[in-house]
Amino acid sequence: MFKKDIGLLILILVVGTVVAVINPLFLSAINLGNTANLVGLFGIFAIGQAFVIITGGIELSVGSIIALLGVLFVDLIVGHEMAWPLALVIMLGIGAVIGLIHGLLVTRMHMQPFIVTLCGLLIYRGAARFYTQDGTAGFGFGVSFPQLEWLTTGRTFGVPHSFMALIFIACLMWVVLHRSVFGRYLYAVGKNEEAARYSGIRTNRVIIAAYIISAILTAISAIFFAMYTRSISPSSHGNFYELYAIAAAVLGGCSLRGGEGSIVGVVLGTVLLQVLQNLVNLLGIPSSLNFAVMGSVILIGVLADQQFAEYRKRKSEVAGRISTA
Amino acid sequence: MAGAFFRLIDIAKSYAGVQALQGVNFAVSPGEVIGLVGENGAGKSTLMNIIGGVIEPSSGIVEIDGVQRKSLTVLESMGAGIAFVHQELNLFDNLDVASNVYIGREPLYGGPFRLVNRKKLNADVQPLLNRLGVDFKPETMVSDMSIAQRQLLEIVKALSLNSRLVIMDEPTSSLTLIETDRLLNVVAGLKASGVSVIFISHRLNELTKCADRVVVLRDGRVVGALAKAEISHGAMIKLMIGRDLKALYVPPAAKPGEAVLKISDVRTTAYPTQTVSLSVRQGEILGLAGLVGAGRTELARAIFGIDPLLAGSVALNGKAIHVDSPRQAISHGIFLVPEDRKRCGLLLDISIAENIALPNMKACASSGLVNDSVVAANAEQQRERLHIRAPSVDQEGSSLSGGNQQKVVLGKWLAMNPRVLICDEPTRGVDVGAKSELYEMLRGLADAGVAILMISSDMEEVIGVSDRIAVMHEGMISGFLERAEFSEHNVLRLAVGESIH
Repeated sequence: MFKKDIGLLILILVVGTVVAVINPLFLSAINLGNTANLVGLFGIFAIGQAFVIITGGIELSVGSIIALLGVLFVDLIVGHEMAWPLALVIMLGIGAVIGLIHGLLVTRMHMQPFIVTLCGLLIYRGAARFYTQDGTAGFGFGVSFPQLEWLTTGRTFGVPHSFMALIFIACLMWVVLHRSVFGRYLYAVGKNEEAARYSGIRTNRVIIAAYIISAILTAISAIFFAMYTRSISPSSHGNFYELYAIAAAVLGGCSLRGGEGSIVGVVLGTVLLQVLQNLVNLLGIPSSLNFAVMGSVILIGVLADQQFAEYRKRKSEVAGRISTA
Repeated sequence: MAGAFFRLIDIAKSYAGVQALQGVNFAVSPGEVIGLVGENGAGKSTLMNIIGGVIEPSSGIVEIDGVQRKSLTVLESMGAGIAFVHQELNLFDNLDVASNVYIGREPLYGGPFRLVNRKKLNADVQPLLNRLGVDFKPETMVSDMSIAQRQLLEIVKALSLNSRLVIMDEPTSSLTLIETDRLLNVVAGLKASGVSVIFISHRLNELTKCADRVVVLRDGRVVGALAKAEISHGAMIKLMIGRDLKALYVPPAAKPGEAVLKISDVRTTAYPTQTVSLSVRQGEILGLAGLVGAGRTELARAIFGIDPLLAGSVALNGKAIHVDSPRQAISHGIFLVPEDRKRCGLLLDISIAENIALPNMKACASSGLVNDSVVAANAEQQRERLHIRAPSVDQEGSSLSGGNQQKVVLGKWLAMNPRVLICDEPTRGVDVGAKSELYEMLRGLADAGVAILMISSDMEEVIGVSDRIAVMHEGMISGFLERAEFSEHNVLRLAVGESIH
């Protein structure tokens, strides 16, 4: 665990304690379960976002992908009565293709990630609305998929399966990012793409892979969201979710310049965001202030983190000078 | 000299123990064209930066119009009518000609709104363009202009400041012959209108054509001045050199073997019309000398797969190979120690160990997962072998000195098995002690059978370390020198494009 992660964990514990003291409902099983469910839903695609941010890129189309794949998935299994495992595989496939296209546009066509994914945001949202003719996609009365529902929205010992999925994915991605050769390449490309290329790393492939990973994880959460909300109005489903993902990644120690970030940090960042949402509800703060509270905490958090980092750097520089002298 | 408005008296400058300039006296009279020559590193840039007010001399006096001072600031230098035309042009290529000339000094109207008066701006610029007889207009976008036109635009900028002294640093390095002639006419025109010019050039021909006198720098000193009648190639080169540099040399343990790397009729993006052929033999250090901008780095980049080869072929041990990415070059055992160490050579904010492991990460991993103890052990091995001075291999690259950073870059490649090692300016920014260590390592590698191509602009290094020298001039190999023919004189003559026989 990095120093940054510990700081974030402490912040979460402090905020949690304060909320619990003011409103003990915070620690009730129901509330914790619901919050864990939301952490799971948001955490999965936030991890994907982190991969892209570590390359120095950004993925803005997350929310629109969640809407588009959501309506497609519901339509395939309800409207076309396709077997849900097949539909699920198709969704992951579409996700991979979207990631591949983003990656190719960024690397081969030398387009800026912000622009590529901003256009994606607009295109997929439009496609989702067109596909349903702006209607709501949902499960009709009496339609049910017991296994799928159990897998996505069920609970075991009170722990929501979405949260378990996050833990599983986070462990897997932790190995990929922090232990695999690919992970080392990813950091190297994010820190200095040119030097990475001179070291023989196929930087384009690494970047493309990051976008594919991001889009596939987003596709997984799209299915969780579809099953959780059970009805999807394509004009609002998933709005702003890319910003939650970026916020979680940044809170978790990712630098938008690339080359930094950790899986634990991103998960903790997601937890903090959801705890803040919860805090707004539990403390009776008008829900219209929701975003304002989140924005303020992120601002203060990142600011404090940077000040600390600079302080540490100055201190270690002084120490270094003394030891070499 | 009588009538000089600008004088440097006994100027010296030292950087951390290195004497960059010493006892330099230099005077400029109105309407005089002074050629300034010297090898790479002779102190030309330092001298120009002192005149431009960018750096402060350690001692000495700067005198302008009879007023003496210790140093100049950039503003004082500009105010005294001194203008620079830099080698790397300082133009905004998203703006047009007129905006570039008057950037920050635009004629305004509209009172508090401070709007730019385009009409007056263009009208002010036009006479300056007429004066130089250029073929572009005030409205021409800089991005649409050729390098030669941009160079002229820099001179226009200088004129717009009512400059009395224009300093041109290698103004013709990227110009064609015709463009060069035009520039020389412009210089003559400036001279006729009373403007003085300091003309720094490696192209000695131009100096014989345009200079009134030539000042030669060597090792930070003015070693001679040639009056108009005395200016000749031979005289200039004779002054520029003058050390015995063969002493450093350590001969190879065995006679060089067969050619390992052979490149034939290769064209690179820097000089698409020129071809290069050379071969590096097993166990030899081939020095690649030449002036800055001769196309050596571009050649190295193309061999290593960073830039595309426009034509020609590369063969390794007699077999043609195709390289279009560094990955492929590395898989063939062709490694590059790049010129720009901090940007391309290593990652400054990851550890020494990771830097060394990066090109060969798969060897430190099993089933895709990195084994950090292998990474550390490999790095430790290289640290001992190369005497990298760092408390531990977990240290970040940025905490190391230049010499130790370069050892890390070498360590990356030595951890694998090099067949061909291309070093681009391997000792730039490296202190003397680390330099000789690096030379020892290169010799050790060569003796172990590696073919080494060493690009260097440092004469001492080229002559002292190489077994054979290839000299490049404007994208072409202008000649090869065997050990017996090594001399600064010969290298320099080939570097400026003359033949030595």
